[in-house]
Amino acid sequence: MTIIENIQKKLILKIKDLRKSFGDNHVLNGFNLELFEGENLVIMGKSGSGKSVMIKCLVGLMEPDSGSIHVMGKNLLNLNQLELDALRTNIGFLFQGSALYDSMTVRENLEFPLRRHKNKFGNLKDTTPLVEETLNSVGLLKAIDLMPSQLSGGMKRRIALARTLILKPKIILYDEPTSGLDPITSKEIIELMRHVQKQYKTSSLIITHDVDCARVISERMILLVDGINYAEGSFKELEASEDDKIRAFFK
Amino acid sequence: MAKSSLIKCFFIEIGELTYFALRFFRELFSKPFEFKALIRQCYSIGNKSLLLVSVTGFIIGLVITLQTRPTLEEFGAESWMPSMVSISIIREIGPVIIALTFAGRIASGIGAELGSMRVTEQIDAMEVSGTNPFKFLVVTRVLAATLTLPILVIFGDAIALYGSYLVENIKGDVSFQLYFNKVFNSIAFGDIIPATIKTFFFGFAIGLVGCYKGYYCEKGTVGVGAAANSAVVFSSMLLFVLDFIAVFITDLFFEI
Repeated sequence: MTIIENIQKKLILKIKDLRKSFGDNHVLNGFNLELFEGENLVIMGKSGSGKSVMIKCLVGLMEPDSGSIHVMGKNLLNLNQLELDALRTNIGFLFQGSALYDSMTVRENLEFPLRRHKNKFGNLKDTTPLVEETLNSVGLLKAIDLMPSQLSGGMKRRIALARTLILKPKIILYDEPTSGLDPITSKEIIELMRHVQKQYKTSSLIITHDVDCARVISERMILLVDGINYAEGSFKELEASEDDKIRAFFK
Repeated sequence: MAKSSLIKCFFIEIGELTYFALRFFRELFSKPFEFKALIRQCYSIGNKSLLLVSVTGFIIGLVITLQTRPTLEEFGAESWMPSMVSISIIREIGPVIIALTFAGRIASGIGAELGSMRVTEQIDAMEVSGTNPFKFLVVTRVLAATLTLPILVIFGDAIALYGSYLVENIKGDVSFQLYFNKVFNSIAFGDIIPATIKTFFFGFAIGLVGCYKGYYCEKGTVGVGAAANSAVVFSSMLLFVLDFIAVFITDLFFEI
């Protein structure tokens, strides 16, 4: 995506000068990010580079020390709990370990986010059609009455994605979407992410170590080193870089 | 760890638990109310503990009667057995022993369940979906423990008295009607009401400590085990402190 194209697109998420420390450990040191409507932005970084902290700050699970986070024009850090909860319905989060509620069936997992936000769908009375439609979009309608313990790793990731999609978010945050999966299942998940983006017209922020995933899905990439944006560009641009720190990511 | 640092940790823990309890009350009276989840928790917690409480109560009744009978016989006072057993079970032994059993079963269960949900990011997932996990997970469990323990204690006391009657029936040939007539003649509201009121506090403490330990669980699977373990230890300790306070207050208002 060129700079001109970015200017034409609507800015949906903006992080400015984000800083977060744990004691003497400075995890984020002025991180900046801009995500545009319909864009797939990949963030790559070594373990401990601050990716997970950044994504947790982005959904209000962690409070940054300083900086600003604007989601769809609203400063996340100035919202009260009700406003934050309402905004969160527009941000889907796919957790690394899927985080399915293991005491609930797949159907109940998908119904859970709807309990508080039915009004988003005009006070929905029967949730079954929406649950079935969403499960269908990830190809797992047959698993509707299964418990999470009965699902494989790939199926869990798909169901977690379905649970994320059920509130029809505008932005989806993927935390290591392919980690712990075999190469074939990883490819399936990547394909599903592309399919979901087309179907639901979402913007995606993907945190990954997986170069293959980044190659296929990214339109733009940010390399996070020591809590700051070390480099930014398309996958091809970064792959062709002569910088040793950047090349280390693509080996 | 140095002694001063242990004391500091203890007071930090007390402070955090107090804050957790205040948050519970704030969330308890704010909408939306999680009635379905509360009913499910009451059923789950009560049902899980019923067999354990029954067995514990039955054995308490048997053992107290078997141990006390020879001494009372020595003084020719075995006819006082129903009064003595009923007062000791209803006032003190029943609530405390059953609450301790309940703590072992429920505080550890809640601590492990919420701890496991915390380390597998299920609680975070609830939060990012715009649902209040504290209200859904903590308020319902604490309230369910508070409401079910008094019922379980009344049930356990009844089973204990029945166990005591069986011993009396076998050893002293006392009829069911005579035994329970003596029981009801010897106990007063001053025995039942304070004992029942304190079980609400016991249930609250057990639920609260279990939830607190699980909700703030850290350090992966090791942390889940530690949360379950410390939930039992801390809630059991708290039970004795609450029992002392309850007995002290009862002493002020009722003639013991």
